Amino acid sequence: MSIIVNHVSCVFGGDTNMPVNALKDINLVINEGEFIGLIGHTGSGKSTLVQHLNGLIKATEGAVYFNGEDISDKDFDKKKLRSKVGLVFQYPEHQLFEIDVFSDVCFGPKNLGLSKKETELRAYKALKQVGISDEYFYQSPFALSGGQKRRVAIAGVLAMEPEVLILDEPTAGLDPKGRDEILTMIKKLQTEMGITVILVSHSMEDVAQYVDRIVVMNQGEIMYDAEPKEVFSHYKELEAVELAAPAVTYIMEKCREAGFPVNVKATTVLEAKNEILRIFHK
Amino acid sequence: MLRDITLGQYYQTDSALHRMDPRIKLAGTMVYMISLFIYKNITAYLLAFLFLAVVIRISRVPFRFMIKGLKAVMFLLLITAVFNLFLTRGEPLVSIWKLTITKEGLVNAVYIVIRLGFLIIGSSLMTLTTTPNQLTDGLEKIMAPLKIFKVPVHEVAMMMSIALRFIPILMEETDKIMKAQMARGADFESGRLLDKAKAMVPLLVPLIISAFRRANDLAMAMEARCYQGGEGRTKMKPLQYKRIDYMAYGVMALYLLGVILLGRLFPLHLI
Amino acid sequence: MEIIETKNLVFEYIRRDDEGNVEGFTKAVDNVNLEVKQGDFIAILGHNGSGKSTLAKHLNAVVMPTEGTVYVDGKDTQDKEALWDIRKTAGMVFQNPDNQIIGQIVEEDVGFGPENMGVPTQEIWERVEESLKAVGMYAYRKHSPNKLSGGQKQRVSIAGVLAMHPKCIVLDEPTAMLDPNGRKEVIRAVRALNQAEDITVILITHYMEEVIHADKVFVMDQGKVVMEGTPKKIFSQVERLKELRLDVPQVTLLAYELGKSGLNLPKGILTTEEFVEELQKAALRML
Repeated sequence: MSIIVNHVSCVFGGDTNMPVNALKDINLVINEGEFIGLIGHTGSGKSTLVQHLNGLIKATEGAVYFNGEDISDKDFDKKKLRSKVGLVFQYPEHQLFEIDVFSDVCFGPKNLGLSKKETELRAYKALKQVGISDEYFYQSPFALSGGQKRRVAIAGVLAMEPEVLILDEPTAGLDPKGRDEILTMIKKLQTEMGITVILVSHSMEDVAQYVDRIVVMNQGEIMYDAEPKEVFSHYKELEAVELAAPAVTYIMEKCREAGFPVNVKATTVLEAKNEILRIFHK
Repeated sequence: MLRDITLGQYYQTDSALHRMDPRIKLAGTMVYMISLFIYKNITAYLLAFLFLAVVIRISRVPFRFMIKGLKAVMFLLLITAVFNLFLTRGEPLVSIWKLTITKEGLVNAVYIVIRLGFLIIGSSLMTLTTTPNQLTDGLEKIMAPLKIFKVPVHEVAMMMSIALRFIPILMEETDKIMKAQMARGADFESGRLLDKAKAMVPLLVPLIISAFRRANDLAMAMEARCYQGGEGRTKMKPLQYKRIDYMAYGVMALYLLGVILLGRLFPLHLI
Repeated sequence: MEIIETKNLVFEYIRRDDEGNVEGFTKAVDNVNLEVKQGDFIAILGHNGSGKSTLAKHLNAVVMPTEGTVYVDGKDTQDKEALWDIRKTAGMVFQNPDNQIIGQIVEEDVGFGPENMGVPTQEIWERVEESLKAVGMYAYRKHSPNKLSGGQKQRVSIAGVLAMHPKCIVLDEPTAMLDPNGRKEVIRAVRALNQAEDITVILITHYMEEVIHADKVFVMDQGKVVMEGTPKKIFSQVERLKELRLDVPQVTLLAYELGKSGLNLPKGILTTEEFVEELQKAALRML
């Protein structure tokens, strides 16, 4: 599996006097099994970019290749693409509609034209993956708690058995424990199932903790595409585009300014702890 | 696509029309509607057309912006016209298979398009140049006498203005839910009519739930800000007629008179 | 006198099964006693479903207690006569920025509250101007709310409450739906109001960083207040907070983790400056 984004530009309202260049000449390669963090302030083009990846928005210029095939080709199967590249929107629980949890999760696989047995098998598996226990299967999705609803909604996409899972701020509005639980679950999907994950997030701490590679968007362009330590070492440049580094980066920077010989590249609490302990010879 | 619907949306700019009192705009729209239905002849419509063109010019709302928002309504208009074209009895002009276009049908269709088209553009011009709040105020003031008959004038006006405010929000939401369901393999485009109707369920259920949630939130927010109906309310922007408004009333009166005189004295008919 | 006081406040709702039969009662708020002094900045923490939002809605008389009483500036919220006074005294800002803006233009929305209160026209304009200036949104007064960012919308909502001249503002997760910049904007505006105008603030949130400047923090779980005290006191109990599905600011967590590994730093460090200072002290101790 691979996705190649080749010189993609996207213009909204091209026929009006105020066209918006949502994406400008984007080049990106997404490899199998990666965990990518996509960051950028509101309106930087993140959402537009991810919607190109599963063909919900068509590129104005350039092309997106899925496994070497141009997804804008006429005979390219869009439905199949959408099952291979699963997209979980922000507040996905707002798309739940069925009378019970299980039927809602079945919606995706059913649309793929799978047999009843296969559909149900997949729904069952997906619900297990997100940690929803059997007792909730035949309850109304609207009777669940906020965190559970979100899991069910994610299961609805997982049941299509995507090779790539894109999540647009999957932790928005959840409490700290709920955030950890969802992110741990996603990480597990990546490591155990080998699913490629693209996480759109505003939380630098989460990104630093979980992803292997960060893509930074600004004004429709890719600003950085590198591993977290490398990206966050440019925290001054990130601040200039209304982003930031994780809190830990600033703490380490302050420590260095105060005369501690710490390596400021730490981005997680664990790394910072080890670094400080190192200089204290503990 | 859905965001293109501008019906009922305010277009922000500064023009004489924008500055006018909403009451004259409401009354003006009524007068214009009436003028379209007094006579069925070309002379009257010519004046109506000229009037509309001038008012659009004054409004400074780009014509393309207006039309973009009316596509959906225009489609309905077209269907109505087609029905008229084929279903009016009279002198046959062309006959295709079992369908016959009559002379009367053709004339009817043309008039329908002119009347309703002007009417839609004229009334959308009002919403484009008047903020919903002004519109509400205007309606409330104009309809105030109905309170004697226990008509909840304030409440109705408030409901309308809230509905208008939430149109763009719900449009955006529709777009979002549609995309979310498409990401789950839903198909809103192909299939037969029945399939299409069925495909709407995953869109409509979340949309309705969301609308209720929003209504609930909004009601609470309004109550928290001391909203208790129209009783004892003051206005931040009370309506006061200015010179331009009196002039506008004058112009409307002249226009109506013009339509009546022209339509009466120099009628020009299609048949 | 306390601006807000709750006495043994209980709020119960009925749980029903699919057929509508009563399954039982759930106490969303369970015997809460709260005392808030005029001018304080109070934070209420708690995980989703801990009852903090239900509690907040009592303070503005949008929800009525099942048992116990809520006093706002000395008035009982169940006293129908005092209802509008109470809502004027304790203004409320909600979570979803889109669902609380009524006006189609920023200034008209801010004027909505004073209009409802029957404030004379001239004064409404004065109030709208000063409120918008207080939250730094005056430049946007003629804009449509739909075109604003989330943080800006919430600041407009705050201005809408300010224009009613409240003594207290209750903010029910005002930043939950915002991005980090929006969150900062809103918190900055709220803190400024608290400091410059002496308005009592009750902030409900589950973002730990927003709480560190509060005068007092209440932590809720299952409808009860389970912890209360200064941010320092609360955040020195890292394990307890984690049990309650909460967290601590990253710097606090780092200090705590270092402590576990034998580098002793005082508990409840809240800022980077404090952290560096303590680290220096620790280094000196080791020499």
